[in-house]
Amino acid sequence: MTDLRTHATEIHEQFSDQLDLSVDDVEERLETLVEEYKVPVSEARRSVVNTYLDEAGMDRDDLGGGGSGNEQVQVADVDAPEEWVDITAKVVELWDPRSDAVAQVGLLGDETGRIKFTKWSKSDLSELEEGAVYHLRNVVTDEYQGRFSVKLNRTTVIEERDEDIEVGDDDVTVEGALVDIQSGSGLIKRCPEEECTRVLQNGRCSEHGEVEGEFDLRIKGVLDDGEDVHEVLFDQDATEELTGITLEAAKEMAMDALDTSVVADEMRADVLGQYYRVTGPTFGRYVLVDELETLTEPADAEAVLIKARSI
Amino acid sequence: MATTPTREVARRVFAGEFNDATYTFTESDDERAPVYLLLPTGERVNRVFVVGTLMETEDVGDDSEYWQGQVIDPNGDRFYMYAGQYQPDAASMLRELEPPAYIAVVGKPRTYETDDGEVNVSLRPESITEVDAAVRDRWVVETAERTLDRVQAFQADAAEDPEDGATVDEYVAMAREEYDYPVENYRRLVVGALESLEDDEIEASAGD
Repeated sequence: MTDLRTHATEIHEQFSDQLDLSVDDVEERLETLVEEYKVPVSEARRSVVNTYLDEAGMDRDDLGGGGSGNEQVQVADVDAPEEWVDITAKVVELWDPRSDAVAQVGLLGDETGRIKFTKWSKSDLSELEEGAVYHLRNVVTDEYQGRFSVKLNRTTVIEERDEDIEVGDDDVTVEGALVDIQSGSGLIKRCPEEECTRVLQNGRCSEHGEVEGEFDLRIKGVLDDGEDVHEVLFDQDATEELTGITLEAAKEMAMDALDTSVVADEMRADVLGQYYRVTGPTFGRYVLVDELETLTEPADAEAVLIKARSI
Repeated sequence: MATTPTREVARRVFAGEFNDATYTFTESDDERAPVYLLLPTGERVNRVFVVGTLMETEDVGDDSEYWQGQVIDPNGDRFYMYAGQYQPDAASMLRELEPPAYIAVVGKPRTYETDDGEVNVSLRPESITEVDAAVRDRWVVETAERTLDRVQAFQADAAEDPEDGATVDEYVAMAREEYDYPVENYRRLVVGALESLEDDEIEASAGD
């Protein structure tokens, strides 16, 4: 089935109750626009749908979820790969595509959070603009290392919406005592292969074998408030802020000791047992630390004392 | 869903309650099932976080080094901890630290029965770090809050009619079964600990 045929079938489904038309009729209209007048497919579809809406005396809202039969989801609902969904979201950020195969890449957001999107060059879709809100039909969810994204494809229909969305913050804030720094923390080496960045184990990358690694700093820690534990991940910047040890200083320490583990040991002595509050997005089971605060103010003893005396 | 076992929370408890907690149990027959200490206020404990003043350190080992550390809390009760060759980092901290010093300890509870049948409770440290007075004060208030929460939950449970007490917490029920200590004792520990902080403040402002 050609793309136009797919679109035609879907449009036909949407109106088959209201209007007496065949899939061929719909396809013909689409063909005229796309092939004769060089209108992009998504615009052609939009135009054809509008025509039929007028004919049927319907509003766009009457179409509901549309003929694709997909579930209309919110960003935070995306929790499995390879599902076909419809999504209404704002383009929060556009990034520079790293490959010619990608036309556009960036972040979409709605009230519930943010999610990465990828639009392939070969899909030949219209351009998304930063800050605009779109209704995207027929996008596919994907997952990489616990993080979800959506991919636009040839069958995706892009409709710009004349509305604004207050994009939700999916950052979380957790606090507690730093009770553990896990292995793989401190001065580490990452695979230098493009887009790999895996952490090396004994100089080996699990994907690319033995490589000349690039030094980096990170801490995989555990914050514990006596009720819950949260695993938190400090990247180089956050680790430097937390420990006061820069990447350069860490390299020197390791060079002097002929051992990289001295860096993590030094960090443990500085930060274990201290109280912190951190804020950032979640990634798998980790909170990625964007903001960091050391809790040095003594907590309010008075209020607890009053309560203790009252019971 | 979770394939990795969840990490045990580090509970907050004053030494007075910790040392009363002599009953331990496991929740499955698995050899590696975690051992829990049962607090008299009705909470299971597999890990604790303690901040206090290191008062004494001593190598009590016969053949190899085996360090004992004593940490005092605001009520004057002591946590006892032991670190040997299998806890090299904690052992070297106890070797090197000069008491008195504020330290933060993450550790696992351990019990052992003496020859005369008494059960002693101690800590096997996972980590020991030196901290300042602000961290210690924060720990005292936090531990007071957590203890008070447990005392309240225990009392609320006790108020229920056990006959139709579907709401009875498993560990509160276990604590009532295993221990004969009035939970009022632990409320007093909370008041005592917090009052000691207030006294510090008064002394500090008197010194201005």
